[in-house]
Amino acid sequence: MAHEAVIGLECHIQLRTRGKMFCGCPAEFGAPPDTNVCPVCLGLPGALPRANRAAVEAALRLGLALGCAIREESVFARKHYFYPDSPKNYQITQYDRPLCAGGSLPVGEAGGERRYDLERLHLEEDTGKSSHPVRAGDRAFSLVDFNRAGVPLLELVTQPVFREPAECAAFLAALRRLVRWLGVSDGDMEKGQLRCDANVSLRPAGAAALGVKTELKNLNSIRGVERGLAAEIARQRLLLEGGGVVGQATLSYDVEHDRLAVMRSKEDAHDYRYFPEPDLPVLRVVGAVLEAARAGLPELPWTRAARLVGRYGLSAHDASVLCEQRELADYYEACAAVADERLAANWVMTEVLRVLHERAGSIGEFAARVPAVRLGGLVARVAAKEIPGPLAKQVFGWMLDEEGGVDELLARHGVRAMGAATDLRPLVLEVLGEHAAAVAQVLAGSSRTLDFLVGQVMKKSRGQAAPQVVRELLETEFARRAAGESPPRAPRGGP
Amino acid sequence: MAIQRDEVRRIAGLARLEIREEELDRIAAELSSVLDYAGALKRLDLAGCEPLSFAPPAAALRADEPDGRCLTAEQALAMAPEAEGGFFLVPPVIEGQDP
Repeated sequence: MAHEAVIGLECHIQLRTRGKMFCGCPAEFGAPPDTNVCPVCLGLPGALPRANRAAVEAALRLGLALGCAIREESVFARKHYFYPDSPKNYQITQYDRPLCAGGSLPVGEAGGERRYDLERLHLEEDTGKSSHPVRAGDRAFSLVDFNRAGVPLLELVTQPVFREPAECAAFLAALRRLVRWLGVSDGDMEKGQLRCDANVSLRPAGAAALGVKTELKNLNSIRGVERGLAAEIARQRLLLEGGGVVGQATLSYDVEHDRLAVMRSKEDAHDYRYFPEPDLPVLRVVGAVLEAARAGLPELPWTRAARLVGRYGLSAHDASVLCEQRELADYYEACAAVADERLAANWVMTEVLRVLHERAGSIGEFAARVPAVRLGGLVARVAAKEIPGPLAKQVFGWMLDEEGGVDELLARHGVRAMGAATDLRPLVLEVLGEHAAAVAQVLAGSSRTLDFLVGQVMKKSRGQAAPQVVRELLETEFARRAAGESPPRAPRGGP
Repeated sequence: MAIQRDEVRRIAGLARLEIREEELDRIAAELSSVLDYAGALKRLDLAGCEPLSFAPPAAALRADEPDGRCLTAEQALAMAPEAEGGFFLVPPVIEGQDP
């Protein structure tokens, strides 16, 4: 019997705030261990938590962007469990009255997005960080750093809407783009700023009821999510097709060794004994706060990609590439404001992205060196056929390391762009004068010989001529000769 | 509402409390009386009462500013049974087994 997988994701998004969720300790990464801790985040007796406004605002931004229903009064709850990285023996989270419910995330290229439905989005706090067990003599122990304990997190839970690991990978990439776009998180999975757990079960293809699920924990890369799910689906399929049953369990996945391991089985499944956090008031999101969050929301990536398609005539693919980062889309639009829109898109996607990749830099750093209007100025000259493509690429290379506009750079490097027909006409006539036999062949209809003549003009211009302009000039000249007009005399001296 | 011995064992397990066998009956009785006391509230007629508001104005959201009230690592670790190199030292965090 063929089985299909049903997958739901639980994502944790570490918010980019200065302070922690319920206390004034810095939320920064990389401080010496156990130095960003206080009585509140260590859960010492008598300490009182207070929720961080910036974290609430970030949650609202993401909730609104995802089209969630925002609860005016949501409630923090204690989730109890014992684990060395939890200093209070409970985590402050939200349970039956989360801040945001429902909503969906569109995934895919402009116009062809698929929306994946969400269950909820709520605020909570992060745990500390424990090391792998260390062995000293006959003792084993772990080391714990509580700097991360209490850092604000958003938990996003999807409906069981995925069938394939690749869909989950695409969803995570889209979520990562969105949290960065909104400025709520850096979304770096390697750094644990975006984490993912996955619930997966198999059922006979087409069946309505869900099978027994397992939970894959702590998947810390998009590749890890995709491969871990593939491994777990293969394991469950083998079990079920061999007549066995899947046991409910929590698993971890080691992407390096492609290995699944059981963390806990059903027998010791947790009873979290949730109850409302008595130290925190109901979280009220009144109209004005909500309206401010709504007003502060930028144009969303999928809306913007659709606009780039409609306004600039870009393909859905190109628009999606440019909307991969908000700063990149900003850069492109600033560039397109002063140059041909499609040519600007090509330049940003090929040249700018190539440089970002090669130099491992951000678009912000790049824009500081080559502002969009500066690149736009170059692209405009290419579009006007004043500067040939190969030379423009050279100019672009100079722009990265030098100051100055296009003309300044050309002058500094002793190059004169020969794009204008008036610049090139003398060269064309010179070449025609030198290759009488070739001229005769072209007049007899040989297009290959025309290519040869284009090459000769290019050579004479030392690569600085725009081939398209040269070809047009040659064609005009031949048309004139075919019509029986006499050629104008080549000026003496050349350019 | 009577709490049974098994429930006491389960709750103790969840709370990581070690309860001796001879304590079970006494604790079961005590927990039962606590629940009975809370149960008295259920008999009140609360129709028309507004739920208690938990949100006094003073409990507004905090500004996202580090407040400089962190403990030093020495102060934090002084409360730990064991510490090493600035870290809390805890029993090994168990790793997984083959599924």
